[in-house]
Amino acid sequence: MTTDTKPLDPGLQELERVTIRFAGDSGDGMQLTGTQFTRTAAVYGNDISTLPDFPAEIRAPAGSLPGVSGFQISFSSNDIHTPGDEPDVLVAMNPAALKTNVGDLPAGGALIVNSDAFTQQNLNKAGYAANPLTDGSLKQYALFEIPISTLNERSLDGLDMTSKQKDLTKNFFALGIMFWLYGRDMDGTIRWIDDKFGKRPVVAEANKRALKAGYAFGETTEIFHTHYRVAPAHLPPGTYRNITGNEATALGMLAASKLAGRPLFYGSYPITPASDILHQLSGYKNFGVKTFQAEDEIAAIGAAIGASYGGAMGMTASSGPGIALKSEALGLAIMVELPLVVIDVQRAGPSTGMPTKTEQADLLQVLFGRNSDSPLPVVAPATPGECFDLAIEAWRLALKYVTPVVYLSDAFLATGAEPWKIPSLDDLPDISVENWTDAATFHPYERDPLTLARKWAIPGTPGLEHRIGGLEKADITGNVSYDPENHHRMQLLRQAKVARIADDIPPLEAHGPERGDLLILGWGSTYGAIRSAVERLQAQGRSVAHAHLRHLNPFPTNTEKVLRSYRKVLIPEVNLGQLLMLIRAQFLIDAEGYDRVRGKPFRIAEIVEQAERILGIRD
Amino acid sequence: MTEPTMPTTPPDQPPLSAENAAVIQLTRKDFVSDQEVRWCPGCGDYSILAQTQKQMPDFGVPKEKIVFISGIGCSGRLPYYMNTYGFHTIHGRAPTLATGLKAARPDLMVWVITGDGDALSIGGNHVIHSMRRNVDITMVMFNNRIYGLTKGQASPTSEFGKKTKSTPAGTVDTPIMPLTIALAAEASFVARSVDTHTEHLQGTLQRAGMHHGSTFVEILQNCNIFNDGAWRDFTDREVREDRMLVLEHGKPMIFGKDRDKGIRLRGLHPEVVTIGENGIAESDLLVHDEQADEPYLALMLSRMFWPDYPVPVGVLRAVPRPTHDQLIEGQIAAATAALGQGDLADVLASGETWTVD
Repeated sequence: MTTDTKPLDPGLQELERVTIRFAGDSGDGMQLTGTQFTRTAAVYGNDISTLPDFPAEIRAPAGSLPGVSGFQISFSSNDIHTPGDEPDVLVAMNPAALKTNVGDLPAGGALIVNSDAFTQQNLNKAGYAANPLTDGSLKQYALFEIPISTLNERSLDGLDMTSKQKDLTKNFFALGIMFWLYGRDMDGTIRWIDDKFGKRPVVAEANKRALKAGYAFGETTEIFHTHYRVAPAHLPPGTYRNITGNEATALGMLAASKLAGRPLFYGSYPITPASDILHQLSGYKNFGVKTFQAEDEIAAIGAAIGASYGGAMGMTASSGPGIALKSEALGLAIMVELPLVVIDVQRAGPSTGMPTKTEQADLLQVLFGRNSDSPLPVVAPATPGECFDLAIEAWRLALKYVTPVVYLSDAFLATGAEPWKIPSLDDLPDISVENWTDAATFHPYERDPLTLARKWAIPGTPGLEHRIGGLEKADITGNVSYDPENHHRMQLLRQAKVARIADDIPPLEAHGPERGDLLILGWGSTYGAIRSAVERLQAQGRSVAHAHLRHLNPFPTNTEKVLRSYRKVLIPEVNLGQLLMLIRAQFLIDAEGYDRVRGKPFRIAEIVEQAERILGIRD
Repeated sequence: MTEPTMPTTPPDQPPLSAENAAVIQLTRKDFVSDQEVRWCPGCGDYSILAQTQKQMPDFGVPKEKIVFISGIGCSGRLPYYMNTYGFHTIHGRAPTLATGLKAARPDLMVWVITGDGDALSIGGNHVIHSMRRNVDITMVMFNNRIYGLTKGQASPTSEFGKKTKSTPAGTVDTPIMPLTIALAAEASFVARSVDTHTEHLQGTLQRAGMHHGSTFVEILQNCNIFNDGAWRDFTDREVREDRMLVLEHGKPMIFGKDRDKGIRLRGLHPEVVTIGENGIAESDLLVHDEQADEPYLALMLSRMFWPDYPVPVGVLRAVPRPTHDQLIEGQIAAATAALGQGDLADVLASGETWTVD
């Protein structure tokens, strides 16, 4: 018998992956709690994926069902692609949060509730006829009732604060419990509290005490028999940070400006979920970035086109409703052939829809939502971190082909986070282009024979004074022309210019067997769920592969070949079959769609099940 | 809140002053493009184009540094006829492109050419916001009180009750007063002239082009096809002196063939008086002050119109104010001074990071 083995903590259990959902009132600080847990898990070295889920109302009536705000984080010692289908642990800060979330918790899942919030009044607001904590309806879960409000207030005794102010810190008490439960260090969050509330020492002290009291509660009470460890993940070597899609988009645009050697001009009108990009870029003034909060969506794109006309990198962003308003100006950018990047952070529904919820249903809008045939390239990142790479790719295409480019993100990518390996600047591409300066050989609509890009000359260049505009252009000279054959030729040229980009983008790659029974084809933020589903199916021995499009116009040249290498093609989308329509129309391939539009990302299990149906192993 | 201040050295400003004219020897012909002018014969736009081309050399700005941006309407064609850089954009949006261009390229001299429908109907919002931001552009609005290019519908400046193709029983919309809008939107330069009063027009364009900031010039323009004689009642040679008030800074407001009529203030209203009658002397008249801090006088002038009053022409308001591009450049300079030139690698690695070996 060896004697040097350390005694094992009998209550410590090793887990590969844990998914936690924090849910509470939109005033309860659930997004902050989730973000703090996320960064702590990320810095610890876990792979992470998050799904913030919050209402559009800033402060819906307290305790009401519409006011519930949630944040789900999945962290793992393995490579993960999604924020988890269902939580292992649900933290519910009030009856409304319980009611709207408990349905997602599987039987046996851990349910931690703030029992203080289960007052008759709150139960009424949530529409509970009886108290679920006492009526036995939660017996399938491991229920932990903790009087969080009372315990928290007690831990803040002696601080010069009102009861109401003290209550605002209870989310940190809950966070402290979770930190203990999953063996996390509090130092990072304590530093964050000091930074954030440095000028208000009482508030800082209260939040720190709440956090530590929650941690101590977990440690000293016997309510939890077990606590857990999720080891760091084996990520590729490098320096990492935690990043959301919107952050990566803003950084990618900043990097593109550096790589192109041109200043960035960002025109934008506030809209959920794109506004954070404006907030972030407005902080990069010392990079020469110019941000412009316009009077409306049209002015935002108009100013961006004006800036590009002047030789800057003009850019604008919005979500679906704002993209609709920008359509006419986008057509102008196509006609005058200027570089421009338009970001569409898609959200759910037509009209105002569900502004904070995700969807990927603007694909056909950005491809076809303009008068006449007006082609432009479309790119779409697949993960939050990839938003960085695709931002650079969007600019590479815009500058090289002198064309507007649409970049399709969505609410899930925009607010979801994952660990991101910080790239080395040396690994990033040179995307710079020269403006035309030679007066002797200048014709505004003469094209590069290879790319079909027109000669781009900017104001201030002597001898190249010329006029552009939305009226049809004569080939070569760019003068206004109503000549029938010229118009036909110009329509074909504009189309060919975009089509030729196919030769300049990476081929579509299949993850899995090169030929097989089923290919699951996706685009955008469905990447994680599809990849996980395919890995699960492959582990079961199924002949299934995953391919994910980053370029939606034009498609990579080998797209048809890849699709035809499988007996069946399944296209899951968070829309009613938009990529499906394009694939069927362009390649005459009898692909099947699988659509779920609930304002939420796909669950892995439902894609697995749909694949099994197609493979004939499930009804 | 601290007041925004003018950066001490505006970045790379164009030499927008007449002294530089000597350096660059350009003539009107240098500003005539090779495109055939295609307005209806007799259109007031010809005169505006001619005066604009004639005026250009005086600014001393090399023509490659000048950009004309227009919207949609008959006025929108003007950039094609100027041998400068030009951008014929979409309906109502010219100010937005001009705003972005000027922000990105403060070194350029940017003109916006628009009409009453383009500027005040579909593009009203952009006019207001470009003015309040004091974007350093010269906006020239051709006002013919009609939609000409679409063949004769009522415009936002058409008189109440006007019968047009689209309003056979007369329009039920009260017209907009363009100069009042510009003043309310905080334009730092507001003026009016007339297409056929060529000398006055050229002088007005000169003043407008020299001004730094949001410049709004209304040109009363005749559409001889769809709204002929829209302004004739007071612009015709025989009546203009009696029915128009030519504004001059620091001078009393006198008009009339015999220079015997004037404007004085009665309560809150302007009143037309005759010098020498009822004891009225020149010293009783309002003295024009285009530089007044507050735009009360300019606002009053902007609402005076024939037949109740003589129609004021000239510069209503011209005040200095930091321009949009200067303020943007000022913030960039301040951020760079405080934080140093941005370092991309630093920003990419900002926040909490960790290393995986």
